[in-house]
Amino acid sequence: MTDLSGWGGFPSHPATLANPVTQADLARAIADGAVIARGNGRAYGDSAIGLRKTVQMHGLNHMISFDRQSGFLVAEAGVLLRDVITAFLPHGWFPPVTPGTKFVTLGGMIAADVHGKNHHKDGSFRNFVDWLDVMDASGVVHHCNRTQNAQLFEWTIGGMGLTGVILRAGIRLRPVPSAWIRQTSQALPNLDAVITAFEGADAATYSVAWIDCVSRGASLGRSILMLGEHATPDELSDDAARYPFEIPDKTKRTVPFSMPFSLLNSLSVRAFNGLYYWNGRRNAGISFVDYDTYFYPLDAILGWNKIYGRRGFMQFQCVLPLETARDGLRALLKTTSLAGAGSFLAVLKRFGPQDSAFSFPMLGYTLALDFPATPGMIALMRKLDQITLDHQGRFYLAKDSRMAPDTLHASDPRAAQFKQMRQEFGATDAFQSKQSERLFL
Amino acid sequence: MSKGTMLLLGAKSDIGRAVAHRFAAAGYDIQLAARDSDTLEATKTDLALRHNIAVTTHDFDVLQTDTHAGFVDALPALPDIVVCAIGLMGDQIANEQDFEAATRVMRSTYEGPAHILGLLANRFDARGAGQIVGISSVAGNRGRAKNYVYGSAKAGFTAYLSGLRNRMAKRGIHVLTVLPGFVNTQMTAGMDLPEKLTAEPEEVANAIFNGLRKGRNIIYVRSIWFVIMTIIGSIPERIFKKMNI
Ligand SMILES: Cc1cc2nc3c(=O)[nH]c(=O)nc-3n(C[C@H](O)[C@H](O)[C@H](O)COP(=O)(O)OP(=O)(O)OC[C@H]3O[C@@H](n4cnc5c(N)ncnc54)[C@H](O)[C@@H]3O)c2cc1C
Ligand SMILES: NC(=O)c1ccc[n+]([C@@H]2O[C@H](COP(=O)([O-])OP(=O)(O)OC[C@H]3O[C@@H](n4cnc5c(N)ncnc54)[C@H](OP(=O)(O)O)[C@@H]3O)[C@@H](O)[C@H]2O)c1
Repeated sequence: MTDLSGWGGFPSHPATLANPVTQADLARAIADGAVIARGNGRAYGDSAIGLRKTVQMHGLNHMISFDRQSGFLVAEAGVLLRDVITAFLPHGWFPPVTPGTKFVTLGGMIAADVHGKNHHKDGSFRNFVDWLDVMDASGVVHHCNRTQNAQLFEWTIGGMGLTGVILRAGIRLRPVPSAWIRQTSQALPNLDAVITAFEGADAATYSVAWIDCVSRGASLGRSILMLGEHATPDELSDDAARYPFEIPDKTKRTVPFSMPFSLLNSLSVRAFNGLYYWNGRRNAGISFVDYDTYFYPLDAILGWNKIYGRRGFMQFQCVLPLETARDGLRALLKTTSLAGAGSFLAVLKRFGPQDSAFSFPMLGYTLALDFPATPGMIALMRKLDQITLDHQGRFYLAKDSRMAPDTLHASDPRAAQFKQMRQEFGATDAFQSKQSERLFL
Repeated sequence: MSKGTMLLLGAKSDIGRAVAHRFAAAGYDIQLAARDSDTLEATKTDLALRHNIAVTTHDFDVLQTDTHAGFVDALPALPDIVVCAIGLMGDQIANEQDFEAATRVMRSTYEGPAHILGLLANRFDARGAGQIVGISSVAGNRGRAKNYVYGSAKAGFTAYLSGLRNRMAKRGIHVLTVLPGFVNTQMTAGMDLPEKLTAEPEEVANAIFNGLRKGRNIIYVRSIWFVIMTIIGSIPERIFKKMNI
């Protein structure tokens, strides 16, 4: 037994681990039930902590085939996204959808049906998953896709490991002209301006805004909006153009925010947010950034999840439908800033349409905030829950560590259907996480 | 562009596979050798896809010493580096009663590895270049009641590597002895190992890669093991024999 937690370090539970390296090991590991698969533990809360046993997938991490013409990859679920990039970016292929860290497994990306900065254009990861092999409670492996075992396929994507264990997947990567992104950033003085800017930027491949969530009054929601496009070699400097898929060594790269982060202990959240905004304003305009800096700024800061100390931290991430987004976001930001509880990283993102069984995204705006894991902040997050419910929003399970079951079920009628499907798959007792127990899934 | 070729003996071992990934990541082509080489296909494909290098697989049984010369002849190229990860721990209690089993441990851990590395050393010598890595164990530093059958074979292997290094140093061929302490692998699965003293296979692989680059002769993986073994080695026999470690 070891203590196990998610990326936020909260909550932490004693856990028994299994480390299968073959399919037969895996079948044995899940035979006694009440298990959950664990990828790389990047979900913030208790999604990847098993009720009885936690099955770590890093031993099942073979790449099985790759077609350099079409970009079609077949790989085991334990393969890290970082390794996919390392192997195939040199040949001009990149993940079609990526979360803000490359230290996730393909299994974790599918189970959470992750979204990236291109959701408004390309949708979530599921759109690039052609098929899955899923192991059920009795160790039988089901090949599933949009026509064969379609129910299992649909509910497993976004199913948080609760329908079975994803063993392998066939996914489509996207062709890119280089390892660089042409970034256009813009400082926007308040929430209305940001939303208007997002609405005008639907042609951009990538878009995301970092909100200064300490600002109040007329400047509530002031942000830096960052748009991105894959850069073509002719846009790059001579050096970069000669080797368009190579990027400078990590040590030579300047880490964004490294300055404020290294000073976190002495800087308040307020100062950080202000600094971030003014820095972004000063650097507004076009710049060329390598993919690692653009997509994964936090990966360069080792152990940044420890900044809140041992008590850990929590994320709040919801999505609000387009119609209520302006009002809802204003209420969320106002409540946060009034509580004097600005978060270090507040991210706003526009979602496009989404059609899926139990995935988080939907047409609208998603806001992510982080807070130290204290009773006061849990109380604040409960208020944010209520505002979200009042505005017909819903919550991202991969970020959740403390929500009440009523909140989830009130926000998302699909939860009841999900429970029903789990029953039909024979997964209800077999696959259980601390989160599924807490949320009555 | 290939940096050279590394032959891995014992390609199914966890440490061995980590070594293969480390060298492949640095641009080496890899020759994987193990019994029942069909089972190496998944590893082969994975290595080739991840690192864009050439990988071949080869049947090899360290106990069948009469096949060793043919095995080396059949390799697509004489490798630049050979790493031997083969070893058999067996069950000490069983080994005390069943001498067949004990002999198998000794032959798999000492005689077989020494035979193939000696043969490759001669081929490297004829070519005038090559690097040899033998994974032995701290278990060979002093015989203990708990695993002296395996330990004695590792002791023999360590001494063999030392002698081979001494002979080959004058010929431009380098021999690296690797003495891991506990490593988290199939060999130790289910044992309750102290976390601070237990290395991951990737750590051993890195130590081997860097050790070769720096021309090191003997490396302990996790240097604390050097200290531990120095202390264990210095205990007088009259006391040691009564101890239970
Ligand atoms: C810095 C940071 C930034 C992030 N940014 C984003 C973002 O932009 N967009 C986004 O969508 N998410 C984001 N996330 C969340 C992250 O992408 C998800 O939590 C993802 O699921 C983590 O993958 P993992 O391999 O670490 O899985 P884990 O955290 O180990 O597990 C997550 C869930 O997946 C299930 N699971 C894992 N492997 C399998 C398998 N083989 N079979 C079945 N179920 C499995 C687990 O049971 C669990 O329910 C971010 C996280 C961090 C830490
Ligand atoms: N794990 C530790 O704590 C530890 C500590 C110190 C030293 N070591 C040494 O590190 C090396 C690698 O061990 P490991 O931990 O990775 O354990 P492992 O997975 O058990 O590896 C041992 C390998 O030796 C192979 N082997 C045994 N007999 C063979 C034979 N007759 N012919 C060909 N191959 C044979 C096995 O192949 P099969 O798969 O075909 O059986 C297996 O792949 C070994 O030399 C071991 O003694 C390990």
